[in-house]
Amino acid sequence: MNPVNYLYLAALLFTIGATGVLIRRNAIVVFMCVELMLNACNLAFVAFSRLHGNLDGQIIAFFTMVVAAAEVVVGLAIIVSLFRSRHSASVDDASLMKL
Amino acid sequence: MSATAVHSLWTTAAATAADPIGKIDAPKIEYGQLAPTLIIIGAAVLGILAEAFVPRRSRYYAQMFLSVVALIAAFAAVVALAAGGHGTTKAGIAAMGAIAVDGPALFLQGTILLVALVGLFTFAERRLDPEAHGNRVDSFAAQAAAVPGSESEQRAVKAGFTTTEVFPLLLFAVAGMLVFPAANDLLTLFVALEVLSLPLYLLCALARRKRLMSQEAAVKYFLLGAFASAFTLFGIALLYGYAGSMSYGTIAQVVDGTVPEVTPALAGTMGNDALLLVGSALLVMGLLFKVGAVPFHMWTPDVYQGAPTPVTGFMAAATKVAAFGALLRILYVVLPGLRWDWRPVMWGVAIVTMLAGAIVAITQTDIKRLLAYSSIAHAGFILAGVIATTPEGISSVLFYLAAYSFVTIGAFAVVTLVRDAGGEATHLSKWAGLGRRSPLVAAVFAVFLLAFAGIPLTSGFSGKFAVFKAAAEGGAAPLVVIGVISSAIAAFFYIRVIVLMFFSEPRPEGPTVAVPSPLTMTAIGVGVAVTVVLGVAPQYFLDLAGQAGVFVR
Repeated sequence: MNPVNYLYLAALLFTIGATGVLIRRNAIVVFMCVELMLNACNLAFVAFSRLHGNLDGQIIAFFTMVVAAAEVVVGLAIIVSLFRSRHSASVDDASLMKL
Repeated sequence: MSATAVHSLWTTAAATAADPIGKIDAPKIEYGQLAPTLIIIGAAVLGILAEAFVPRRSRYYAQMFLSVVALIAAFAAVVALAAGGHGTTKAGIAAMGAIAVDGPALFLQGTILLVALVGLFTFAERRLDPEAHGNRVDSFAAQAAAVPGSESEQRAVKAGFTTTEVFPLLLFAVAGMLVFPAANDLLTLFVALEVLSLPLYLLCALARRKRLMSQEAAVKYFLLGAFASAFTLFGIALLYGYAGSMSYGTIAQVVDGTVPEVTPALAGTMGNDALLLVGSALLVMGLLFKVGAVPFHMWTPDVYQGAPTPVTGFMAAATKVAAFGALLRILYVVLPGLRWDWRPVMWGVAIVTMLAGAIVAITQTDIKRLLAYSSIAHAGFILAGVIATTPEGISSVLFYLAAYSFVTIGAFAVVTLVRDAGGEATHLSKWAGLGRRSPLVAAVFAVFLLAFAGIPLTSGFSGKFAVFKAAAEGGAAPLVVIGVISSAIAAFFYIRVIVLMFFSEPRPEGPTVAVPSPLTMTAIGVGVAVTVVLGVAPQYFLDLAGQAGVFVR
């Protein structure tokens, strides 16, 4: 199958993720959308790896997974601490600082 | 390449001698050239172990000792590398093409290490807050996991807990920052970006006072930072798809069309300008987010205001140095072939950044937000030097970064001193008449503000002069005019703060100036000294930056 189709899928997933970050209000869901964007990048890497016939892209996909896992650890810690002190994970409620 | 040949790359190790996987050589790592980064990472790992095994009472001293030794040792390693000619004649690429060891990398690494050392002193300050239950406390939460205002928080404070994890976190962030401007392939760039960002997200959430604001800042920084790094990663994916390689040198060759060996797949993607343009745009966007350039600056004021002030100072200074280093390398090493495409865009970004930063800063009433918008404006000034696309452009940006980072960290260190019952008094109205009450602190802060404004005899002037000169010679004269205009606008609000401090009546319920330990005094002293020396006698450092201003490729 033509690898270009996987790239279209990756772009589509990335766009869904980016849209989700912009329109969703729950910090956890926003964060999940970021993860979707990272996974879309992974798909693109693997598709390009197949296209070019070298392994770089697949290696990067592993690194991205590790980085995403580290990001989950840090992100959930921050979001949970916010939730515990406010009883809400909405990004709209977090507005102590304004222009 | 035929489908079966491609397939054989990753299926069944029917290990013949011709199998490419069987032929992978052990990587050759130049440990000596990577020593600065390795020292910092090693010390950070030891710091984590110290958290686990050193008794709570002596952790602060152990961590402090470890961090100071590591930063000084790493700086010594950078100096040794530079003295050994690795910045000039012996500049090269280490670690199988992953890390460049060249002039700009060593110059920026040296700057970052010194800034981190000064930042560490402000992190370790324990005399500003009043003692809690007989224990000296620093600017960080007693126990970050405890809910603000809860009983468990009170218990943690009573037990005298302190978050000594900030020291290893600082070191990990520094390690990422050291690699970021030296990265020579896109994967290293991305990993360094995350290694520098993740500890900073955590550090932002750790303030002792105003914890809700601190947590909010951390969430905003984290979500926006993760969003931006996802864009960066997609840009990297597209560039990889375009060039079939992650290495800066190879991508640059593909962009120029001088790549020695063109496979059929590469021939197909090379002609696809959409991959190249969109990929570079997304990648550069991620870097502009890190430097805080408009329109990717939204996080800056909130995060700078909410984060603990020592963290803000460190972050404002060191992150900017690292991110501009990486941006310079991307634009000058990877994408010089595209400069007719990126220069107009960067023109626009620089103009909007300078003007928006300076104009919005006028309306600010909080000193930390004011400094945040000032840092946005300064990002614009530095971008003017980036646009020059000449060797002078590189060296002027290097000099500006070194000068600016010490001013910033000194200014935020002064902000930690002015306090009232609720912690730091950051509202500008509370700073009225500070010059009458404590002339020395106000005078020091005035020096920093004058340096931000770019008044002669301060480092700000030499830096701005170098950057604008390079930009004008690089054919960006209109940009210089706009830069000077926005400097004038910016000077207005810096001078306004000085007038407020010295020429208005102190309020009776005004803040007091805490007497810090020698740690913060050293930090502020170094800031003032660098500001004055680089302002009065900049030539030696300009020459140093000039020698360092050549990228290896």
